[in-house]
Amino acid sequence: MKGKAWKFGADIDTDAIIPARYLNTSDPAELAKHVMEDADASFPSKVKKGEIIVALKNFGCGSSREHAPIAIKEAGISCVIAHSFARIFYRNSINIGLPILESPEAAEKIKEGDEVSVDLESGTISNLTTGETYKSAPFPPFMREIMDKGGLIAYVQWRISSDNV
Amino acid sequence: MGMTIAEKILAKHAGRDNVRPGELVNAKVDLVLGNDITAPVAIKEFRKIGVEKVFDKDRIALVPDHFTPNKDIQSAEQSKILREFAREQDITYYFEVGRMGIEHALLPEEGLTLPGEIIIGADSHTCTYGAVGALGTGVGSTDMAAAMALGEAWFKVPPTLKFIFDGKLGPWVSGKDLILYLIGKIGVDGALYRSMEFVGPVITALSMDSRLAMSNMAIEAGAKCGIIAPDETTLAYVTPRAKRAFEPVYADEDAEYEKVYTFDCNEIEPQVAFPHLPENTRGVSDAGEVILDQVVIGSCTNGRMEDLRIAAEILKGKKAHKNLRLLIIPGTQNIYRQAMHEGLIDIFLDAEAVVSTPTCGPCLGGHMGILAKGEKALATTNRNFVGRMGHVGSEVYLSNPAVAAASAVTGKISAPWEVL
Ligand code: SF4
Repeated sequence: MKGKAWKFGADIDTDAIIPARYLNTSDPAELAKHVMEDADASFPSKVKKGEIIVALKNFGCGSSREHAPIAIKEAGISCVIAHSFARIFYRNSINIGLPILESPEAAEKIKEGDEVSVDLESGTISNLTTGETYKSAPFPPFMREIMDKGGLIAYVQWRISSDNV
Repeated sequence: MGMTIAEKILAKHAGRDNVRPGELVNAKVDLVLGNDITAPVAIKEFRKIGVEKVFDKDRIALVPDHFTPNKDIQSAEQSKILREFAREQDITYYFEVGRMGIEHALLPEEGLTLPGEIIIGADSHTCTYGAVGALGTGVGSTDMAAAMALGEAWFKVPPTLKFIFDGKLGPWVSGKDLILYLIGKIGVDGALYRSMEFVGPVITALSMDSRLAMSNMAIEAGAKCGIIAPDETTLAYVTPRAKRAFEPVYADEDAEYEKVYTFDCNEIEPQVAFPHLPENTRGVSDAGEVILDQVVIGSCTNGRMEDLRIAAEILKGKKAHKNLRLLIIPGTQNIYRQAMHEGLIDIFLDAEAVVSTPTCGPCLGGHMGILAKGEKALATTNRNFVGRMGHVGSEVYLSNPAVAAASAVTGKISAPWEVL
């Protein structure tokens, strides 16, 4: 995947990603209309399909609302790179199949507007604007299995159908 | 090698003798929780799995508490999804409006969160149940859906941080202040992916309501859970109300902790967290002049009996400042009724406060007290993120109920001793 980077700071919370005033619906398309709105009010109108969010530490802290990664995914963001993620946001992203990568170096060095490409398999992040490459920690095998199956629901279906319960 | 409480609970539920931090395990869960925001998404995902029935109708709790009594048509539609699913699946612990309370105040009170258990909830403050010695942790809706089908969930075994609270509590200092102080010290990601254990003489002497407020905010330090080992106080609380048999779990003597922190509580005064992160804490004496438009006493952090009693002690015979709205929200129907019997509701109404039915309401900027641009609120809730209680240009400050009540009287952030 390849796309332009949108840069955010530290401790971007789930209220900034999708404010509670929009949680009276769970329709992904509705949620995507307000993605990141309280961090950057014009973000929903300027973000394009395939683009990448890059943020500093503790991205997605706060509530457990899965509406946050859903809104990001539905808005067309192909991947989120951060110095670190809050744990429930991390879980939710794996479970719904939104690619996320932890890389302190990439989070610090990538600037807004840089062209970034990501190879999920190897966890390599390339900054096409500066020519730099960064490494991210590989996913443990179990999480890769969930993602390879297409998310937790598909994984559970597989377990139930193969009598693996 | 010994195990911490979280490690032991996870090992037991995964059918293992031993687990180590960093390992991924599938573990059985004792209770699965969802609310009117997260459960509709979970129910949609549950339907995709293709199983007909939930794994155990007695081990799922559905609590419509966030936008209820429903604030608009859309939220009514969400609650309807919950209600219909509860009827279809014959869910035992579905709490309709009129029986419900704020989930994390309600479930411990109902005896549904017990020592040694694993409880997952599609709500980040599920960590509240650490106060009774359970491993309670927040997950997402998809996790909830999978757990409703399988009765289990995947976990990464967290390293554990130990927090020792030494000394004695000062006047008007409560569990809320201890956790705010702790978060101020280690930051909002200071316990990221970690289990926290709270120990020491101050914790032993702490009431159950204060413990619940402490564990409630473990997530505000990024933690997976915040556990207090069961003791006499715990057993006195859980035994008469327990809906299931339970077995307390304790850390081994030789358990391994990633880090141990010691705090001297003699040094801790009531805390205030300034906008826009719970880590921006200072002692109330250093709050300066912050003029308030609203004070909220309630939420899953501080909407319990002890909190209302403290607020009433300060508000008795006084009135809320004329330039300010005071909202008081009991956490559950039982707390509401008890407050009425004790005469607390009269004290609040005499103070010209609004007393509401249990609901999350303003805590997450849902309804019942939304802030306009530029307004400032002091709340006994747990989060003061940008726009949390309304307009992105509004501000939320966090404190315990004593500081909140005193501030409601003076109209600005004030210490309890300034009004008594
Ligand atoms: S009271 Fe606030 S923090 Fe607690 S469950 Fe409700 S919205 Fe969440």
